[in-house]
Amino acid sequence: MSTAAVIMMIVAILVVWGGLVVAIVNLNRSPSAVPDVDEVHRDL
Amino acid sequence: MSTSTPAAHEAEKKRGAFSSRKVFILAAIGSAVGLGNIWRFPYIAYDNGGGAFIIPYLVALLTAGIPFLFLDYALGHRYRGSAPLSFARLSRPAEGLGWWQVGICFMIAVYYAAVIAWALSYTFFSFTKKWGDSPDGFFFGEYLKLSESPGVDFNVVAGVLVPLLVVWLAVIVIMVVGVEKGIGLTSVVGIPVLVVAFLALVIRSLFLPGAMEGLDALFTPNWEALTHAGVWAAAFGQIFFSLSIGFGIMITYSSYVHHDTDMPASGLVVGFANSSFEILAGIGVFAALGFMAQAQGVAVDEVVSSGVGLAFVGFPAIISEAPWGAFIGVLFFGSLVIAGLTSLVSVIEVVISAVRDKFDLSRPVAAAAVSIPCALISVLFFSSSSGLYVLDIVDHFINQFGILLVAFVSMIVVAWGIRALPVLSAHLSRTSNVVLGGWWKVLIGVIAPIALGYMLFEAFKIDIDAPYEGYPTWMLALFGWGSAAAVMLLGYFLAPIPWRKGTSLEDPESVDTRPVDTSSKGDLA
Repeated sequence: MSTAAVIMMIVAILVVWGGLVVAIVNLNRSPSAVPDVDEVHRDL
Repeated sequence: MSTSTPAAHEAEKKRGAFSSRKVFILAAIGSAVGLGNIWRFPYIAYDNGGGAFIIPYLVALLTAGIPFLFLDYALGHRYRGSAPLSFARLSRPAEGLGWWQVGICFMIAVYYAAVIAWALSYTFFSFTKKWGDSPDGFFFGEYLKLSESPGVDFNVVAGVLVPLLVVWLAVIVIMVVGVEKGIGLTSVVGIPVLVVAFLALVIRSLFLPGAMEGLDALFTPNWEALTHAGVWAAAFGQIFFSLSIGFGIMITYSSYVHHDTDMPASGLVVGFANSSFEILAGIGVFAALGFMAQAQGVAVDEVVSSGVGLAFVGFPAIISEAPWGAFIGVLFFGSLVIAGLTSLVSVIEVVISAVRDKFDLSRPVAAAAVSIPCALISVLFFSSSSGLYVLDIVDHFINQFGILLVAFVSMIVVAWGIRALPVLSAHLSRTSNVVLGGWWKVLIGVIAPIALGYMLFEAFKIDIDAPYEGYPTWMLALFGWGSAAAVMLLGYFLAPIPWRKGTSLEDPESVDTRPVDTSSKGDLA
């Protein structure tokens, strides 16, 4: 692989997969309220 | 703490709901990650600047894809209904847009199942490399028994009929079982299996001789490509078609999500997870293509392909040549089956949910009333020796003049006709740490419609200039323009029918002034 190709592969992986990690961390910090265990809604 | 009122609880019991945020996110990822991620993205990236494509791709994801995902989420989550019900509650005359989306989903389900059936067959064919030394001749001749010239016939091809019936049986069972235990469970099990299987495929491919040449071909940047409008349109197109946005799926799914769930934060996870899988698919597919080029003693650019050709001609050739070929085959085609199935159930749920909301039907009855006719039409047209021709035409026209057109029209109607963006952005920001401010309204009201409008204009120009793929005019008129027009007209017939008893067309939030509880942190999931 050429150096340019290696760099672009690493950039793509870091930005997109890094973006996923950041998004998951952000979701876990979300302030939204959630249902209690006993109120988890079940489908019919 | 939950803020559910008895009325909201009752509605959820009636319509079905995802039990947690995790199930919703996995189902949404399951819908977004489909065949296009595996067989379309790698080629589009390679063909539009290679490594340089990441720039327009990210721009498209952040300025159009994810903001559009938020729009769908806002509609379904605030108005708590299937696509037609959500649009009707937004503004009564807009209901037709929802039915247009329902029609599109029905059409897609009919042919999408056929591709999954082929992949299912090929998962088993991989063990014996049944295509021998002529994958091309085997697929079109021996397997599909494709008729010599385009047309429509009803000569049943048993080899396609059997797997197609198996796929439909699985879909009918999933849909009858329901939102949580059917769709939710399919994705909760399917997505982790898909990721593990595809990772194994990527790792195996990376160790094949020639793999690095394949990656070199994919990632070598061609910066000059960024000066072409077509490359940017390709990036917006890839993001748009890959994320399952604009045709009712995400409206439907988000109506099954708890009232207080943080939707924008969930959407960011779904959007980046979808793109993460595309990058993974790009690496796996091009490592394998690099191997094939080396095995055949040609340059990588001579073996690249996409779509049906890549999956059912290119990959069988790789499987025949590669060490551990059967292993690669089972993982590749098995991944197509899982990715396809989790997308297919999302597409057909749009129809079932709408039918349930509109008519007074129980879940099993609505699921059967939609899935069985859909399966019959699917079997009639796509287990025949002319199936591939019809599939190619319907797929092309429903994508361009169904999905793309309805997305464009509904975006303009919501942003400029009804001027609903302030209400929708306030709704999403309510429980989120991602605040949808003026930037979101500009992206949805201006940038995304311009991008979609440009793509639509180009698509019209191409298909009006020359008949698509040289098919006979009557076939294009009937299955192409005809099917795209038919789904558009659906709303005119269905919108006037009254909703089932007790359905309110009022905005659920206008009669609901519940405070938002922010005392509990994190999700149970």
